[in-house]
Amino acid sequence: TSAAMAAVCCRELLAPFGGWLLAGQRAPFLFRSRSAAAAAAAAEPLYDVVVSGGGMVGSAMAAVLGHDIHFHDKKIALLEAGPRKEYNHVPDTYSNRVSSISPGSATLLSSFGAWDHVCSLRLKPFQRMQVWDACSEAMIVFEKDDLNDMGYIVENDVIMSALTKQLDAVADRVEVFYGSRAVGYTWPLPSHICGTSPWVQIELADGRRLQTKLLIGADGHNSVVRKEAEIKNIEHQYDQSAVVATLHLSEATNNNVAWQRFLPTGPIALLPLSDTASSLVWSTSHEHASELLTMDEESFVDSINSAFWSNVNHSDFIDTAGAMFRSALSFLRPSGSAVRQLPPSVAKVDPESRAMFPLGMGHATEYVQHRVALIGDAAHRVHPLAGQGVNLGFGDIACLAHHLSAAAFNGNDLGSLKHLLKFETERQRHNVSLIAAIDVLKRLYSTKLAPLVLLRTWGLQATNALPPVK
Amino acid sequence: QLLLFRLTVKRPFSTSRSSVDPNEIKKFQFLAQKWWDEEGEYSALHSMNDIRVPFIRDTLLNMSSNYHLGSPLSGVKILDVGCGGGLLSEPLGRLGASVTGIDPLEDNIRTADQHKSFDPVLAQRIQYKCSSLEEIVEESMETFDVIVASEVVEHVADLEMFIKCCSQVLKPAGSLFITTINRTQLSYVLGIVVAEKILGTVPEGTHEWEKFVPPEDLERLLESNDFSVKTVNGMLYNPLWGSWSWTESTSINYAMHAVKSGVQGQSSPTDAPSETESRQHSATAGTAM
Repeated sequence: TSAAMAAVCCRELLAPFGGWLLAGQRAPFLFRSRSAAAAAAAAEPLYDVVVSGGGMVGSAMAAVLGHDIHFHDKKIALLEAGPRKEYNHVPDTYSNRVSSISPGSATLLSSFGAWDHVCSLRLKPFQRMQVWDACSEAMIVFEKDDLNDMGYIVENDVIMSALTKQLDAVADRVEVFYGSRAVGYTWPLPSHICGTSPWVQIELADGRRLQTKLLIGADGHNSVVRKEAEIKNIEHQYDQSAVVATLHLSEATNNNVAWQRFLPTGPIALLPLSDTASSLVWSTSHEHASELLTMDEESFVDSINSAFWSNVNHSDFIDTAGAMFRSALSFLRPSGSAVRQLPPSVAKVDPESRAMFPLGMGHATEYVQHRVALIGDAAHRVHPLAGQGVNLGFGDIACLAHHLSAAAFNGNDLGSLKHLLKFETERQRHNVSLIAAIDVLKRLYSTKLAPLVLLRTWGLQATNALPPVK
Repeated sequence: QLLLFRLTVKRPFSTSRSSVDPNEIKKFQFLAQKWWDEEGEYSALHSMNDIRVPFIRDTLLNMSSNYHLGSPLSGVKILDVGCGGGLLSEPLGRLGASVTGIDPLEDNIRTADQHKSFDPVLAQRIQYKCSSLEEIVEESMETFDVIVASEVVEHVADLEMFIKCCSQVLKPAGSLFITTINRTQLSYVLGIVVAEKILGTVPEGTHEWEKFVPPEDLERLLESNDFSVKTVNGMLYNPLWGSWSWTESTSINYAMHAVKSGVQGQSSPTDAPSETESRQHSATAGTAM
């Protein structure tokens, strides 16, 4: 490529002197390169936007753009390696991969009609979140003053099905390539160097080639787009895996609370699916995770109940210090502490629903480049302890779609760095502090050391009592 | 060598009554390849699109009752006079308009043609011609809905003739959009000394202060040639951010929208030129996205 660049640069330098060369000599060269380039360009279909990766975030991105009025005459493509995912009615069993959808994400999904489909399939709203420590009595409760929904637990398959339906609705604008994996990307030279195609070239596994004015990488934390664009990624593998499963409760209850307890080995969370079922997300060491997967169902259920109920990690010192701090707080702020509720106990686990996956953290140093943007896990990967992963991705979509819509209405080149940088700045400002905070929380709660436990105990109690901090 | 030069750029030089100034041509020859470098010599023109495209778009949308937000300028025929490398033609084309871009410099047209060739939609919507305005008048009488002359009138030799030609190729009640630079002390200091010599925002030698056009003069010329001036807005360039904004004062840069008198009687052409009450001086506030 450096030889090609040198050749192109020479051509650029000589161009102003064109008048001094014989007109006859110069014209055929330019004519050939211009028509050859244009002919090549005509051979491969040109899209305005190509989204690489058809997961929840990639599909939602394509759907949002497809439903945008200013993209009415634009061509969008979505590349997904897997098959089409859709069902008209939900299966009887729950899927073991669920997400906690924030109200903001729900608003985005309803802006293009996908939320209605989710509601008609299956979801569980929750109004309260109780988070507490295994090493002390410290607890924090989140709930909205007006008792509105804090969030929704939705199976990932349900979200995908809703997105597929909404993609179908704009099939004249959005072309979905299922079973298609991109194997190579060719980046354009800066556009003022003439003669070469200014678009991103994409090569698919089956040999087909596409061109696009803007490539959006939504291909997960091992993003190929990010790697090929040589964007540096700060990443760290946690020494933890998450175990997921579908659980059945001992007795039916008004299951509208999301529970999370920080064990020294990692947080265990119970997310409501219905009045009798909940989804488990248990982040723990790799060895313990493997054990949990292989042990028999009864032992598995016992481990879960014990994790939520046992006080074996308490120490008298911490308990006393915590109690003292709590009485001090209740003296200063009598209404400051909420009622502690007890999590439901688990009776059964769905057979075949146990699975595990490794956890890590990642953040791309740049979200954008000329004609490239990263969204979702391709840009940032977080620990599930805050239930933020997919919500950050939906936030990326809302921001990028806003800027692209404005750019389209101004007649701008969609791949121009000018508006892409605005997206990057806005999202990095929002994401970086949240990602750092989640990482800090993960590390803070991974220890039994008394000073840190005391620190986080008091910190949690204070945060629970002080609304502004909360 | 001079002979060869004349051979390749023979066409634009018509009679001495042309609005094209040969000295101006020479200035732009060297920079013909630089048009599409967004961070290069023409970066200020690239960022000017952020205000001039919405200005044109919203003015036309406000005047029309039948449009689709997905392709707001669909069906509109626009003439971009002095299109250069096509910096303004392309966004207008993307918004749905059929654009004819003319420029007296062959190299500019070549650059513009090549840049649009990679996008089949633009290649079809935009046509470039190496020509001066006078040369297309005969074949284009009353052809265009809109004429855009952005950063051009400060380079023309005969402004009155330029305006007369605009009137001839515009349909009745058609719109004329002009952006240009005022002739004031401030525009000399900021527009020439600072912009060209100190900051290099504009390539040195691009502008001659004597040819800058005060808005009052432009208005008078327009009003006496069958146009009704509807809007005058000041524009301000911030070299720190490289961005343009609308401003009250027309002391340096400004934009003007005028409408040719038409059968529908958009406005009476008998308005006195110095009348300010009948015109809106407000910027296209609220349309910036």
